[in-house]
This record gives sequence, C-alpha cells and structure tokens, in this order.
Amino acid sequence: MTYLQKSPWIVHYNASSCNGCDIEILAALTPVFDVERFGIINTGNPKHADILLCTGSVNEQNKVPLKNVYDQMPEPKVVVAIGICAATGGIFRECYNVSGGIDKIIPVDVWVPGCAARPESIIDGVVTALGILEQKRLKMLQKGNSDSTKVGEA
Amino acid sequence: MSKQITVPFGPQHPVLPEPIHLDLVLEDETVVDVIPSIGYIHRGFEKLVEKREFTDYVYIAERTCGICSFVHGATYCQGIEQIMKIDVPERAQYLRVIWSEYSRLHSHLLWLGLFADSFGFENLFMNAWKIREDILDVMEQTTGGRVIQGSCKVGGVRRDISDEKLDAMAKDLDRIDRDMKELTTVFLQDSSIQHRLRNVGVISRGDAYHLGAVGPTARGSGVAIDTRKLGYGAYDRLNVQVVTESCGDCYSRCAVRAKELFTSTDLIRQAVKKIPDGPIDIKVTGAPDGEYFMRAEQPRGELVHYLKGNGTKFLVRSRIRTPTLTNIPPLIKMLQGCELADVPVIVLSIDPCISCTER
Repeated sequence: MTYLQKSPWIVHYNASSCNGCDIEILAALTPVFDVERFGIINTGNPKHADILLCTGSVNEQNKVPLKNVYDQMPEPKVVVAIGICAATGGIFRECYNVSGGIDKIIPVDVWVPGCAARPESIIDGVVTALGILEQKRLKMLQKGNSDSTKVGEA
Repeated sequence: MSKQITVPFGPQHPVLPEPIHLDLVLEDETVVDVIPSIGYIHRGFEKLVEKREFTDYVYIAERTCGICSFVHGATYCQGIEQIMKIDVPERAQYLRVIWSEYSRLHSHLLWLGLFADSFGFENLFMNAWKIREDILDVMEQTTGGRVIQGSCKVGGVRRDISDEKLDAMAKDLDRIDRDMKELTTVFLQDSSIQHRLRNVGVISRGDAYHLGAVGPTARGSGVAIDTRKLGYGAYDRLNVQVVTESCGDCYSRCAVRAKELFTSTDLIRQAVKKIPDGPIDIKVTGAPDGEYFMRAEQPRGELVHYLKGNGTKFLVRSRIRTPTLTNIPPLIKMLQGCELADVPVIVLSIDPCISCTER
C-alpha cells in the first residue's frame, strides 16, 4: 500500500465557504504550485480519495452532504480543514446558520490557517496529512495482522 | 412519450467547485426540466450588520465571495458613502477601478480555465490559471492579499500604489495581453471547441432579457447592459467598451468573457494614465442615516447592495443581490432541451458563483 504515500488522491468539498480557500486549493493544482508533481491528484469521486480537503463553516444544509462524502471514503483517510472558517467559523461564527467548524461534524486531522489560506500553506497541510495517513495505515496493518493470527489460532 | 427519470446533479460534483443541486428530469438523453435547489452555502451574514459597526462590515461584505471580493467591498463602501454624502478623493476612486479591473481579469481567467476543464481541455485549464497567477501577483504586491484583499474602506482605500509601481503594472500588462491573446485565440478559433460550444445552451435575446439575465450571460445574447456605463466611481471618466455577441450559445458567452479581458486591461491603462495625485482617504465622522441601492458591475454581472441605516453605528438592513441569482432562471431555460452530457458545460457557461448567490 505504499502507493498511498507516493500518490495520494484528494477530494475537495466546499462546506459553506466564501470560495476564497477553494480557488486557492485549485491554484495549488495548477502550474505555479503544481502539486501533481508529487503525485497528488484531485478527484471528484470520494470513493477514490485518501485525503478530504474541506473549507468553510458548515451550515445546516451542508452537514449531511459533508458526512456523506466522508463516510464514502475508504479507510485509511485523513481530513484537512482549510482556512479559519473550517477551524472556528471565522468571520461568520456569529451567523445564525453556521455550526462553526468542520470538527463539529467529522473528525479533523490537520488544520490549515489563513483567510484565505495560501496555496503554500495548503500544500504544507497536505504534506502533514501524508504523515498522518501513513501512521493510520501502519495502525490498520498491525490490527489486521493481530486479527489474522486470532483467526489462525481459532 | 418515453418514461421520465430524474437524475440528481450535485451538490458534490467533479465539475462544480461549489455545491449546488439540480434535479434533472430526463426523457432518454434529453433534459426536459430542471429543478434547482440552493442553500448549501447560506451563512446568513446579512444579519451580522446588526452586530458589526458599519466600518467593520466592509470585511464581511468582502467575504461574500472569494472571487469577486474586491468588488463586493468597494460596492458596499460606495453605498455607505452615498448615504453619508462623503466625497471620496479622486485618487481612491481610480485605485478602486484599477483593483476592480484586476479582479475582473482574475475572475475571467479563472472561469476560462474551469470552462476548459468542463469540456475536457485540461491543458488549457492549466494555461489559463498560469496567466491568472501573474494577475494575483500584482494583487498581492499592491494590497497584500491574493484573493481577499481588504484594501477598501469607507471613505477611500487603505493603501496607495506608487507612481513607479503603476507604470510598471501598465508595462507588465503588455506581456499579459500577449499571453492572453494566445490563450483566447485557442478558445475562439479551435475547431473542436467550436464544435462543442456552438448552438449549445441557446437562449434568445428576448428570453435573456425577460428572465433577468445580467452580465456576460445577457451580453452573450446581444443585450448590451453593463453597469459600469452608469459611471459610478471613476468609470464616468473612462471609456468603457461593452462587448456583446449575438448567438446566445455557450460559445458567445465564452467569447464575451474572452474579449472582456482586453477591455479590462485597456481600462487599467486608461486609469493609470489619468490617475491624479492626492490623498487616498477622507476621515469619516458620524453614522449613516438613510437608505441606498448601490449597483456595480461584478465580473458576473450587475451586483446590488441595498443598505439602510438609522443614524447609529449599526446598519438596520443589508441586502445583497448577486448576478448568479438572477442568472439561474435563464440557466433553467438553457438546460431545457439539452442533452445530459452538455449539462456541465451549460451550467458553467453562466459562471455560477454559489457563495455570492446564497450569501
């Protein structure tokens, strides 16, 4: 499963963001920043993805689609919350319609700061996520091994 | 009549950077009806005017949308200035025009890229975004922010641009113009792009007008409306060219935006030539009492900020009507009768900005 580290695929979901962070995620994929040289590919299908990039403060209507996207991703998976809205609700935290942060809905592994987050910090966040992804993979592997010995013993 | 089936499109969809949901009613491959549902990005920040002072609300207005952020901030400020009868210094008005036109350049290049992606031209997408980075570099050098600038305030602007920098920017535009010329030639003349876009998503001039299309969506159908012609800010002293196309299909809308890139660079050059010396802001005292409808041309069309104050530091009401909201009824009209495979291209051809729409 080392392909995970060599070529992680990302899926991006805009959970009530202002668009600023979202276009910076796309900018990170384009020639000047070019994350594709690391093998990182943006996919539209959550079932193909290893890393979920989330932006925004999550409003009422977005809770279910966000949970759906997360649930459809295969294990191991990592969630990166991008921008200040995704961390706390940011400038919109006092609005009546927002829940204030991605971690209110799904578990988050990496927080990327900024309003809007810069492509450099987004790339940094994704690279940090790769380390966490590798740890989760090893943990799964160990668990899998101990499970299989149990089966053997039985 | 064959059996009708409903196919959901969105909210999470590869072609959409933002969530919108469309229920497509199909008969075989043909779309017969479309039922849109929005609300995935509604944050309800119009109500925050009651909690934030009117001078601080600029930053929230700017975060209506990350693409046309500067235009939102400037429109809000101009609305407040109209209520309070503030005479904004000339230089600030010109600087606002320069930044607004840079926003338009970056927005149109972004759209051209996404549009190319929607019909499968990945390389063209990358090229458009490469040129866009040059625009964003200028934004960052002059305001400090790439997509959210925060350089506009009630009574003027927060930062000046030195004359040397303005000259350098104007000179740099020649190079950007050359790059954009090369890019738009592909969009306008490539035969496979024409094959894909011509006669797709057609909306007639009458329908576009009656359903309330604005901006490039209206101008692509031959309706020559451009709010910049009202002459707000410094636009009354500049020669604004309105680009129109007559076919009303996806190709026309693409052509309008491609040609508008060059009217924007032209406007920046005019503004750099005419910009006077002087202060960039004026001290604001008191609070707004009264109401005003401020209209401005965003990259996607006409933007309206309605503002109402009661003489305190907190406004009573803010209402933002954005171009994508008024472009959704024309979009439904375009989609009716098209083929399922053309839906992503047609949806993108109105340049949907959902964050703006739902506020």
